[in-house]
Amino acid sequence: MTAQNPVVSMTDISISFPGVKALDGVDFRLFPGEVHSLMGENGAGKSTLIKALTGVYSVDSGRMTLAGADVAFSGPADALRAGISTVYQEVNLLPNLTVAENILLGREPRRFGGIDWRAMRKRAKELLTGLHLDVDPGSLLGDHSLAVQQLVAIGRAIDVEAKVVILDEPTSSLDADEVAELFRVIRDLKSSGVAILFVSHFLDQVYEISDRLTVLRNGKLVGEYRPEELLRIDLVQKMIGKDIAVLDDLERRTHSAQSGGDLDGERPIVSAIGLGRKGAIEPLDLDVYEGEVVGIAGLLGSGRTELARILSGVDRPDAGELRVDGVSRRFRTPRAALSARIAYSSENRRAEGIVDELSIRDNIALALQADKGWFRRIPKKRQDELAASYISALNIRPANPDALVRNLSGGNQQKVLLARWLAVAPRLLILDEPTRGIDVGAKAEIQKLVANLAENGMSVVFISAELEEVLRLSNRIAIMRDRRLVADIDNDDLSVDSLLAVIADGSVTSGATS
Amino acid sequence: MSSILTHRLFWPVVMLLVLFAINLVAFPGFFVIEVKDGHLFGSLVDIVRNGAPTLIIAVGMTLVIATRGIDLSVGAICAISGAVACSILLGSPNPGSVGTVVTAVVVAVVISLVLGVWNGFLVAVFGVQPIIATLILMTAGRGVAMLITEGQILTVNSPPFKVIGSGFLFGIPVAVLIAALIFTAAAVLTRRTALGMLIESVGINPEASRQAGVRSRGLLFTVYTFSALCAAIAGLVLTSNQTAADANNTGLFIELDAILAVVIGGTSLAGGRYSLAGTLVGALVIQTLVTTVYTVGIPPIATMVFKAAVVTAVCLLQSPTTNAVIASWRKPIAARFRKATV
Amino acid sequence: MRRVNGARSGTTRKHAARVAGIAAVAALAVTLSGCAGGGGDQAASGPKDAGDIVVGFAQVGAESGWRTANTKDIQRAFKDAGIELKFSDAQQKQENQIKAIRSYITQQVDVIAFSPVVETGWDAVLKEAKDAGIPVVLTDRAVDSEDETLYESFLGSDFIEEGKKAGQWVVEEYADQTEPVEIIQLEGTTGAAPAIDRAEGFAEVIGADEKFQVVASQTGDFTRAGGKQVAEALLKSNPGVDLIYAHNDDMGLGAIEAIEAAGMVPGQDIKIVTVDAVKDGMTALAEGKINFIVECSPLLGDQLVDIVKKVVAGEDVEKRIITEETTFTQEQAVEALPERQY
Repeated sequence: MTAQNPVVSMTDISISFPGVKALDGVDFRLFPGEVHSLMGENGAGKSTLIKALTGVYSVDSGRMTLAGADVAFSGPADALRAGISTVYQEVNLLPNLTVAENILLGREPRRFGGIDWRAMRKRAKELLTGLHLDVDPGSLLGDHSLAVQQLVAIGRAIDVEAKVVILDEPTSSLDADEVAELFRVIRDLKSSGVAILFVSHFLDQVYEISDRLTVLRNGKLVGEYRPEELLRIDLVQKMIGKDIAVLDDLERRTHSAQSGGDLDGERPIVSAIGLGRKGAIEPLDLDVYEGEVVGIAGLLGSGRTELARILSGVDRPDAGELRVDGVSRRFRTPRAALSARIAYSSENRRAEGIVDELSIRDNIALALQADKGWFRRIPKKRQDELAASYISALNIRPANPDALVRNLSGGNQQKVLLARWLAVAPRLLILDEPTRGIDVGAKAEIQKLVANLAENGMSVVFISAELEEVLRLSNRIAIMRDRRLVADIDNDDLSVDSLLAVIADGSVTSGATS
Repeated sequence: MSSILTHRLFWPVVMLLVLFAINLVAFPGFFVIEVKDGHLFGSLVDIVRNGAPTLIIAVGMTLVIATRGIDLSVGAICAISGAVACSILLGSPNPGSVGTVVTAVVVAVVISLVLGVWNGFLVAVFGVQPIIATLILMTAGRGVAMLITEGQILTVNSPPFKVIGSGFLFGIPVAVLIAALIFTAAAVLTRRTALGMLIESVGINPEASRQAGVRSRGLLFTVYTFSALCAAIAGLVLTSNQTAADANNTGLFIELDAILAVVIGGTSLAGGRYSLAGTLVGALVIQTLVTTVYTVGIPPIATMVFKAAVVTAVCLLQSPTTNAVIASWRKPIAARFRKATV
Repeated sequence: MRRVNGARSGTTRKHAARVAGIAAVAALAVTLSGCAGGGGDQAASGPKDAGDIVVGFAQVGAESGWRTANTKDIQRAFKDAGIELKFSDAQQKQENQIKAIRSYITQQVDVIAFSPVVETGWDAVLKEAKDAGIPVVLTDRAVDSEDETLYESFLGSDFIEEGKKAGQWVVEEYADQTEPVEIIQLEGTTGAAPAIDRAEGFAEVIGADEKFQVVASQTGDFTRAGGKQVAEALLKSNPGVDLIYAHNDDMGLGAIEAIEAAGMVPGQDIKIVTVDAVKDGMTALAEGKINFIVECSPLLGDQLVDIVKKVVAGEDVEKRIITEETTFTQEQAVEALPERQY
């Protein structure tokens, strides 16, 4: 394969933003018919490299060639015309348009000067069928789950006669079957000679699909490797640039926390009694004790996020009651929940989490300030202390409190969001997919943080699609299935397999102790 | 150097200076400020005095726009405020007494505040799109003003009332002092408290702000009410300046001037980060433009084209695309400079 | 081009006025019901008894004080003459006016009179009236039609003549002076018929003598605030000015304030000539702040009654009848002011 000429070659690429050197003299090459994974922590420069390649950012210095010819794209549309098609980490489609319109936006089939709607649906249907996706092309995109939206985005990307397809975190919201589907599609593309640039934080997936890896760290190139020649542990070390002690440390800590978690006889700080909301979750009971991490496991759409939104006042329940310290409470707004010191960190970081045009400092202070009211402004000095302490504690990069959150990588945005909730010193912190789209290093840091917080008496409800993570962190695991709470079990010797069994069958007895 | 060039007020300020220069060429006495009858007198004084109502409204508009909103009703509220004040003065046996004037002003302001609360109610509680919500009052409001004045131009003869728009205090036009007061109050209230940051937050990401516990409904009520207050005061200044309430013409199209001032000042109509200083420069650019038309003697038929050309120039210079192009011109030079110094 | 009469009713009908009109109509309708159809018991002259004549009048709307005075005068004149008047208000909409005229045709009135909202689009409905044998009289505004037989007569002001009258006074006032006379002209709304014609008539008369120099001419949009702001700027850049000619009273009143602010005495240091003769203008004239006003009268009721009588009697009437209008000096204003109704 290396005998061929690379379809894409980037040499000595540098890009800087105010306060951040995003790429520093990076080389990258991509051959036809290969899957090439780009690896690195958040902020390593993966997204920046992709945006440089697709013309979103103009490079400060360096040289790019496509099929041997020098190129400098003026934007994604330009890159697309040259045959480079991209599916971004966050779905960049238009929820108000139909699936077919999204797939064919900008290249609609024409007829008599107008759009040929019939041909458009037909073409979209073919593409969706090729992806084994049973979706009505005429339905609104926004009505579908994130996973379906992601596959639609991929459908859009492969519809063009692409030489290069870039998949930036395409699997972060997909379940195992959907990932298998995607990989089948990727292999089809590969065999037809398309070069695929793949980015994922799931090492298993990377090893399964990749022909080659390029590792970046802090905007610099670490090296290019073949997966069969690189042990996973070595890959992780190259990515985070330090030894793996953090993870070991975490293992030890969580286990000690679990062994000390004897909660009998205590009163729960939050309990849901028959709590439900039509169309979201069926009435359910759930208790959360002090210093406890309650994991919520379940598939996408099982009601895990809906439960979190009701607990935190984002949505209102229409059945049952919610007790805080044994007192019945009705949270009409998230503000009311926050004043009872229940904080919720949304799974939808960009739409419901960060305020991207504000600085890191303002984002961290936001919830605390909202709680204090309009006129009791947190003094500048206190804000600076707050920002500085969380930037160092959570290792937020860039370590500049004035940097706009917009310019941060996904993982650092997530850390800023966490800092915001920690700043209000919640008694119960509900984390919905806090590690989605985040690299190994940051993931470990956040997991360690959660364990630490629980150790210090904070209660955490931890929602994640990654069962290993839920298992590692939780004292107790609540399992959701089809909007019902089907199991609420202590995390003693539970395994991924036993969890999967419950998720699949909806019954605790069928192997909870396997 | 580059930090000055990329500052968002760079181009508006340059445009203001260019307009000043044009005026100076056309009329050498442009910068002359003398003391006449114990007060300041000169073209610059006229510009700030005549620009005061636009600035007052633009300050309120800035905060509304920062929340992703817009307030089209300010012109109509100007007319209502003026009409209410004048009809009270005319109905009073003693329109020249300070007490009557204070009553008239207070009643006009209170009625306008009610209208602002109505706007806030539609936007914050019913979730009506701001442009639609305020359009209602923009059209109906003039009708209300017409009913109050019974379709007539109400001329008042009240020396204390006249002071608001045409009077002087310590030699400075009262209208300018009022505008300065409102500008400072808005700046202090939003930047010394957390109000400004919370307004920006709601404007950038309403849902994220809600989940962070920001009371966006209260904020929306506040900004629309404040905008109406600004409009009421501007309406009193305008009415006092012409010593008559004219339901048809008072504050006509002032909402567009105010929005333009905000935009020239670099605040995005998409909401979020706002700049009151930018709005001040924007209001001055607009008023200086008007004066330039008179001093240069641009024929009335060409006036609109001239204004449009200047505004287009400012907006183009501020656009991100233009700035990116300018940056790309500068970059090779900067790079060479860097290499040379290393 | 003749679209608008009366400076205040400026051609660019402001959007808000439409709504205002709707609102004002309710109030107006109450007063109308008392007038229409009143007094058929008076003695009459001519072949057809005045008491038997029925006239349908389709008014533009109630958009300005000038228009309100116009409506009231017409209603008064017909009542005095003992002629039945059917009155309708079109709220500045042509379709309403056409509907009203059609209904007058079905009711078989003797004469239809109306002030057209716009100039064009009348041929069809006027043809219907002609076929039904009902004569039509236009008041105040003309229609643009090839076929002059569609209407009997057009009664209204001659704006060019008004400009000429203003010019004549200026020529006489400065007859003895040999030095140049510097004049500032405050124009009406750009493109409006009164603004164009009043400038034309004025220029025609003063153009005969080279000593008269119009040093600046800008639009003040027929408003007081506009007049004031333009005058402020122009007085500074033209310090030697002798006279201000304003296309309506309101702009003249604005200019008075600008002159006073500049520390000069209006009417003496700088003389002022205006057109309209509304009450506020007449008051300023009586106080000596304005020097001369050319009347543009809305009071054409009596003339309209005469035309109606003649048409019904089968007498010939002139195709174009100019409203009886006068001019006022300061002394005449003092006398006329107490009886001035609008």
